[in-house]
Amino acid sequence: MTALLTIIVLLLVAIAIWQMTKIFELSQSGSDDSQIANDKDNKINGYLMFGFLIFIYLLTIYSFYAWGDVILGTPASEHGPQYDNLMGISMALIFFVQIVTQALLYFFAYKYRGQVGKKALFYADNDKLEFIWTIIPVVVLAGLILYGLFTWTTLMDIDEEEGDPIIIELYAQQFNWKARYAGDDNVLGQANVRLIDINKNNVIGIDEADSYGEDDIVSQTELHLPVGRKVIFKMRSQDVLHSAYMPHFRAQMNCVPGMITQFSFTPTITTEEMRLDPDISEKVQKINKIRAERRANGDDNADAWEFDYVLLCNKICGSSHYNMQMKIVVESQEEFDAWLDGQQTFKETIASAE
Amino acid sequence: MSAHASDTHLEDHAHDHGHHHKETFITKYIFSQDHKMISKQYLITGLIMGVIGIAMSLLFRMQIAWPGESFKTFEVLLGKWAPDGVMDPNIYLALVTIHGTIMVFFVLTQGLSGTFSNLLIPLQIGARDMASGFMNMVSYWLFFVSSIIMVISLFVEAGPAAAGWTIYPPLSALPQAQGGSGLGMTLWLVSMAIFIASSLLGSLNYVVTVINLRTKGMSMTRLPLTIWAFFVTAIIGIVSFPVLLSAALLLIMDRSFGTSFFLSDIFIQGEVLHYQGGSPVLFEHLFWFLGHPEVYIVLLPALGITSEIIATNSRKPIFGYRAMVASILAIAFLSTIVWGHHMFVSGMNPFLGSVFTFTTLLIAIPSAVKAFNYITTLWKGNLQLNPAMLFSIGLVSTFITGGLTGIILGDSALDINVHDTYFVVAHFHLVMGISALYGMFAGIYHWYPKMFGTMMNKNLGYIHFWITAICAYGVFFPMHFVGMAGVPRRYYTNTNFPMFDDLTNVQVVMTVFALIAGAAQLIFAWNFVHSIFYGKKAPQNPWNSNTIEWTTPVEHIHGNWPGAIPEVHRWAYDYSKTNEDGEYVIPGQDFVPQTVPLQENEEELNH
Repeated sequence: MTALLTIIVLLLVAIAIWQMTKIFELSQSGSDDSQIANDKDNKINGYLMFGFLIFIYLLTIYSFYAWGDVILGTPASEHGPQYDNLMGISMALIFFVQIVTQALLYFFAYKYRGQVGKKALFYADNDKLEFIWTIIPVVVLAGLILYGLFTWTTLMDIDEEEGDPIIIELYAQQFNWKARYAGDDNVLGQANVRLIDINKNNVIGIDEADSYGEDDIVSQTELHLPVGRKVIFKMRSQDVLHSAYMPHFRAQMNCVPGMITQFSFTPTITTEEMRLDPDISEKVQKINKIRAERRANGDDNADAWEFDYVLLCNKICGSSHYNMQMKIVVESQEEFDAWLDGQQTFKETIASAE
Repeated sequence: MSAHASDTHLEDHAHDHGHHHKETFITKYIFSQDHKMISKQYLITGLIMGVIGIAMSLLFRMQIAWPGESFKTFEVLLGKWAPDGVMDPNIYLALVTIHGTIMVFFVLTQGLSGTFSNLLIPLQIGARDMASGFMNMVSYWLFFVSSIIMVISLFVEAGPAAAGWTIYPPLSALPQAQGGSGLGMTLWLVSMAIFIASSLLGSLNYVVTVINLRTKGMSMTRLPLTIWAFFVTAIIGIVSFPVLLSAALLLIMDRSFGTSFFLSDIFIQGEVLHYQGGSPVLFEHLFWFLGHPEVYIVLLPALGITSEIIATNSRKPIFGYRAMVASILAIAFLSTIVWGHHMFVSGMNPFLGSVFTFTTLLIAIPSAVKAFNYITTLWKGNLQLNPAMLFSIGLVSTFITGGLTGIILGDSALDINVHDTYFVVAHFHLVMGISALYGMFAGIYHWYPKMFGTMMNKNLGYIHFWITAICAYGVFFPMHFVGMAGVPRRYYTNTNFPMFDDLTNVQVVMTVFALIAGAAQLIFAWNFVHSIFYGKKAPQNPWNSNTIEWTTPVEHIHGNWPGAIPEVHRWAYDYSKTNEDGEYVIPGQDFVPQTVPLQENEEELNH
C-alpha cells in the first residue's frame, strides 16, 4: 500500500513539474519560441552539467558510505585473496579513469557552454594525442590481461593427481542440489540419468553395476567440506542448465545436462571461524537487526540468522530458481569424517530400499 | 553504372513530379515505399514496443523491491498471473524475458537502426530513396508482423516465453520444465525468425544504398559518421543474424520434431526423455555469435548519431574523423570474435576462455579512443546545449561508466564471481541499454524537424533529460553493489537468503528511481505526440548543420530534392573553420555546408 502511495506521489510530482514548465513557458511567450537553445538555455544547462558531475561524485561517495559493507567480505578459499587482489587492482583503475573522464566531460560541457559571438576552435586532428591515448590503454590492458590470464589458468588447471584432492559431485535438478561423495576409494561410480530408479531410491542414477559406486554417499541436505583440502567438484544436471555459485569461495560453474563440468578450490576457513570474522559478524548483526524489526511487524520470515556458506543456483532454471540452494558446512577433517561416517553409502541405500 | 542510370531516371522523375503520382492513403501512409515514411513507421512501432518493454521493467522492479506485496496495478495488468495482486514467479520470469527481448531487438535494433538508417542514409548521402523501396517496405512489414506476434505471445494460456531473453535450452525447449516453454516459446521463436528476415532485408538495403547511391563528390571519406555507423552496423547484422536464425531453427527442430541438437540425458518430471548427444553449450555458442555483435548493432548507430550531434552542437569538427571511422571498423571486427566471454563458466574449454579474454579486452582500445575523441570535440567548443546535445553528452557519460566495468566482466578470472549477478545487469544496462536509448532520444530530438516538419518543445526536452539522467544513474549505479554482494539476477525474490536482507533498501532506492524515470518518459511521449500536431513549424536548417539532409525542403516530397541532387564538395564537419586571417570561411556564418565548393584561399583538409 505504501508502494502504491509512493507511485501516486511520484506521478503527482511529475505532473507538477510539467505544469510548472507550462507556466514557465507562458510567462515568457512572445520572446523566443524557436525551440532552439539560446544563451540562457546554454547557461542553465551548462551549470546543470557541472551540477550533474557533482551528483555523480556524491552518488558514488554515498553508495560506498551506505552500501559499501554489503559486498562479499573475506574470501574463504585459497585462490580467493588472489581473486580479490585482481578485482581490487581493476576497480582502482576503473575508478581512476571514471573520475577523470567524467570530470573532463562535464567540466568541458560547463566551461564551453555556448554564447552568441563566441568562436569555437577548429581542431580536427592531432595524431600525437591520438597515439598517446591509444597506446596508454594498450599498455595498461596488456598488464591486466596478463595478470588475469595467469589467475585464470592456475584456477582452471584442475589436476586430480596433485595434492590428494577430495572428489565431490554436485548434482543439480529443478529445484534442489545434491552432493555425492566418492567414498573410501575417492572414485565416483559411473552415473547417468537413464539409471535413475526412484523405487530403489537411486535418485541421481548411479550405476549399480559399477563397483566404484557402492561406497558413494549422496547428501540431499548439506554440502560438507573439510577445511584445507583441495576439492574437485564434478557437476551434473538432470534437466535444465543450472549454475553452481558459491560466492564466498569465489567459485562458479554451470551444470549442463549431458556433460560433466568441473571446478576446484581449497576452502581455508571453517564455518565456525568465518562466523567470528569481524566483517561477517558485523553483517550478521546488521541483518539480525533488520530481521528483528520484521519480526516485530509480524513477518514470518524473520528468525534470527546465523552465518552459513551457501550454494546458490545462478542460471535461470524455472519458477523456483530463486530458492534453489544448499547449505555448505566447512569443518575440520575429523568433523568431516565423523559426518561422512553417519551417512548411508549407495550400497546401503539400495539395500534398504529393497 | 546502373546506379548512375537510375539516378538520372529518378531526376527525371522528380521533375515531372505530381503529374502521375497520385498517391492513395494506403500507398502513402500504410504500404509506403518512401524511406521517410518507412522511418516514421519504424519509429512509432519501436516507441510503442518501448512503452511495453519499459512498463514491464517497472512491474518486476516493484516485485523485487517489495517482494510478495500485493499491488492493484499487478492485478489489473497481469490478471490471473497476479492472484490477489501478488505477482506469480512464472510471470516474473516472463516479464524479465520479454522485457529483454523487446528492448534489445524491437526497440534498440529496429526501432533505432530501422528509424535512423532509413531516414538518414538517403538524405545524408544524397539519394532519392533506398536502393529498393519495395524491399524496404517488406522489411518494415515483417518487423510489424513480428512485433504483433511477440505481443500476441503475451496472452498465451500457459504464459509467454520465460527462459530469459537468451532462451537457453533445455529450459526453453521443454514445456515440462516451464509453462512458458510451450506455445509462448513457439511464438517467440516464430516472431524472432520473422524479425531476422526483416533485419536482413533492411541491412542489405542499407549496405547497397551506401555503396551505390552516393551523390557526386560524396566519397566514403566524406560520409558523415552517422552513415559510417549505420553502414558498418548493417554489415555486422548481415554477418551475425543468420546464425541466430540457424540456432532458432535447430531449437524449433528439437522442440517440435524430436531432434537432439541441444539436448541430451534429461530426466524431468519422473521420466527420461529420448534426447541423446546434443549440447546446450552449442546453443550458447550460436546464440552469442549473434548476441555479442548485437550489442554493437544496438550501440554503433547510437554512437554515430552522437558523433554527428556533438560536432554540430559544439560548432566544431568531430575530433579525429579517421580515428573515429577506424574505431567503428575495429569495434565491428572485434565484436564478432568475442562472443565466448558470455560463456566463461559455461563448461567450455578454459583455454577458449583465455582467448576470448584477450579479444574482449582489446575492444576497450577503440572504445577508449572514441570516448577521448568525444571529450576533445567538446574542448574549446561553443556548445549549443539543445536537448539532443544533452542526451549525446549523457551517452558519452554512461558509455564510459558502463564500459569500464566491462574490463572486469571481460576478464575470465574476475567473471567467475560476478557472472550472472546484478553486476552484469548494471554493466550492460549502462553501456548498451541506457547509452543506446540516449542515442535514440538524441536522434529523435535532433531529426524531429526533418521527420515531422515541426520542433519539439525544448523545455520539456530539458526536463526529460535531467530527470532521466539522474534516475538512470540512480537505478544502475547502486546495482553494482548488489552484484558485488553476490545476488544472482532473475531471482523472483531475495528473501530466501537472509544474507541478502541488508540489500532490501538498495532495491527500494533503485525501484523508486526507476518509477520516476518511467514517469519522466511520459513527458517525452506527450512532447512527441503534441509537437507533431501543434509544434512550431521548423526552419529548414534549425541546428545550422552542414550535412545535406538539411538542404531538402521541410515538407516531405517524393525523391527528397525538388531539383537536381546537390553535389558535395567537402566533408561534413567544417564547423567554425577560419581562413588564415581568422575570419570564417563564409563570413558571418560558423558553418560551411557540404554543398559549398571550396572557397578561394581556403585550405582543404585531407578528407
